[in-house]
Amino acid sequence: MGGFQFFLEVLIGGLLSGVMYSLVALGFVLIYKASGVFNFAQGAMVFFAAVTFVGIMELGLPFWAALLVTIGVMVLLGMATERFVLRPLVNQHEITLLMATIGLTFVIEGVAQLVWGVGVRRLDLGIKDVPLPWLADNTGIFISQLDIFAAAVAGFLVATLALLFAKTDTGRALRAVADDHAAALSIGIPLKRIWALVWAIAGIVALVAGMLWGARSGVQFALVFVALKALPVLIIGGFTSVPGVIVAGLIVGASEKLAEVYIGPSVGGGIESWFPYVLAILFLLIRPEGLFGEKIIRRV
Amino acid sequence: MTIQLHAHARAFPIGATILQVDDVSLRFGGVRALTGVSFDVREHEVRAIIGPNGAGKSSMLNVINGVYQPQEGTLTFRGNKLDGMTPRRAAHMGISRTFQNIALFKGMTVLDNIMAGRNLRMHASFLEVAFRLPRATREEAENRDVVEEIIEFLEIEHIRKTPVGRLPYGLQKRVELGRALAAEPSILLLDEPMAGMNIEEKQDMCRYVLDVNDHYGTTVVLIEHDMGVVMDISDRVVVLDYGKKIGDGSPEEVRANQEVIDAYLGVAH
Repeated sequence: MGGFQFFLEVLIGGLLSGVMYSLVALGFVLIYKASGVFNFAQGAMVFFAAVTFVGIMELGLPFWAALLVTIGVMVLLGMATERFVLRPLVNQHEITLLMATIGLTFVIEGVAQLVWGVGVRRLDLGIKDVPLPWLADNTGIFISQLDIFAAAVAGFLVATLALLFAKTDTGRALRAVADDHAAALSIGIPLKRIWALVWAIAGIVALVAGMLWGARSGVQFALVFVALKALPVLIIGGFTSVPGVIVAGLIVGASEKLAEVYIGPSVGGGIESWFPYVLAILFLLIRPEGLFGEKIIRRV
Repeated sequence: MTIQLHAHARAFPIGATILQVDDVSLRFGGVRALTGVSFDVREHEVRAIIGPNGAGKSSMLNVINGVYQPQEGTLTFRGNKLDGMTPRRAAHMGISRTFQNIALFKGMTVLDNIMAGRNLRMHASFLEVAFRLPRATREEAENRDVVEEIIEFLEIEHIRKTPVGRLPYGLQKRVELGRALAAEPSILLLDEPMAGMNIEEKQDMCRYVLDVNDHYGTTVVLIEHDMGVVMDISDRVVVLDYGKKIGDGSPEEVRANQEVIDAYLGVAH
């Protein structure tokens, strides 16, 4: 009994953190799908958003006001990035765009630290990082309240965005732009507005991710590395698939925790941090387009 | 291949000039793509632009559609002079197009592709759609009706839910025509709609183009380099060669034009 309970505890914990990985990866997918840019600065945006939010709260604004202001800041940051960094580079090679976002990463990180300082800040969302008492009493499974809350918020956001993409005409326009710019223009889709929208959404996703991770581990520079966790998720799920990153996030979250607990001890532990990358490499060998990515078909 | 052109009386008789192209010149650096080209397009007609490869046909279409800005010359649409055309403005004015190398949204289904063609007809905001407010649901239903009619018209019901990337070439061309039609355009620009097709597919496409013109009264401007096809389905033909207009008139007139014959068959110097 104890063994199975423990397994469940690890599995659930892993799935919950997996939802968070999905959230971060979603920021990448949105931008990559709509504009073909792999936005290296996504991690920096997570850090920037969290530190801005905490900074504004420290200035004395209440929670909701600070949240609104930060959303505004992130939307502006996203739209400015699109307007001043990427639009001048339209039609350039993918590697050029990637380099531009790497440069952007350092600018965003620098500005964030310039404005708000380099210290570690505490972010209290009002939910304690302790096991959910009801669950612990009834089943003996210990799952942190904060984890459940974070997963619920992230899951809600991921589901909303997935629906937006799949079901609305804005979503259809987004996918259309992703597939063919010239054709999208010819049927009157406002390309620039779509790009601005995508960057604004990516900014909001970064804010939510930053707040949830920041509440757990403190708002600090290390938040930029959250983005690194998204890489294996993207490779496994496919760079262009919203459902893909959801499933891949769960796979990465669950497998890294299970691997840590069950394989870890026999190899000296600490495999949680690199196990997802091993998984990603396996996928690259077996299914390079990812679980749900578009198959690369070349017709001549 | 012979196709009976408008055998019966036309539901939409050819009307007044809808688009006037005046003295248009387009250069890319030192390359003259178009030199002083003028012609008119009348409402409800099928107007062809033909010419050998590199004659400037696609450039002409791209000027009408706002992809290229000509250095000289003007376009007049329904009596209004057009300055600074862009593809988006063209779409707003009711000018739809297809592309020579099919430009569909490959990952999306046939239905979604054609629905995307109606995006200018959708006015409900994102929030209205998200919360399924009456206007959004009504609009979606209305648009869906129009799209279903087009799907039926083009006889592609059976592939409605298929991602277009999986369809054979001929069908993709038909879906692209459907997407252009979805906007209920006043002018339909077709860039080599029959390129790369076999005889059977060409005949099908000809029939659809004529049906569109007949059924919806859509003005069609089409580019082809296959003279035979064009002569069968066009009301009037413009002939370009090396970026200049060398002929303009009914298919019979153009066929008899010595300059046109020389351009197509070559001439002994």
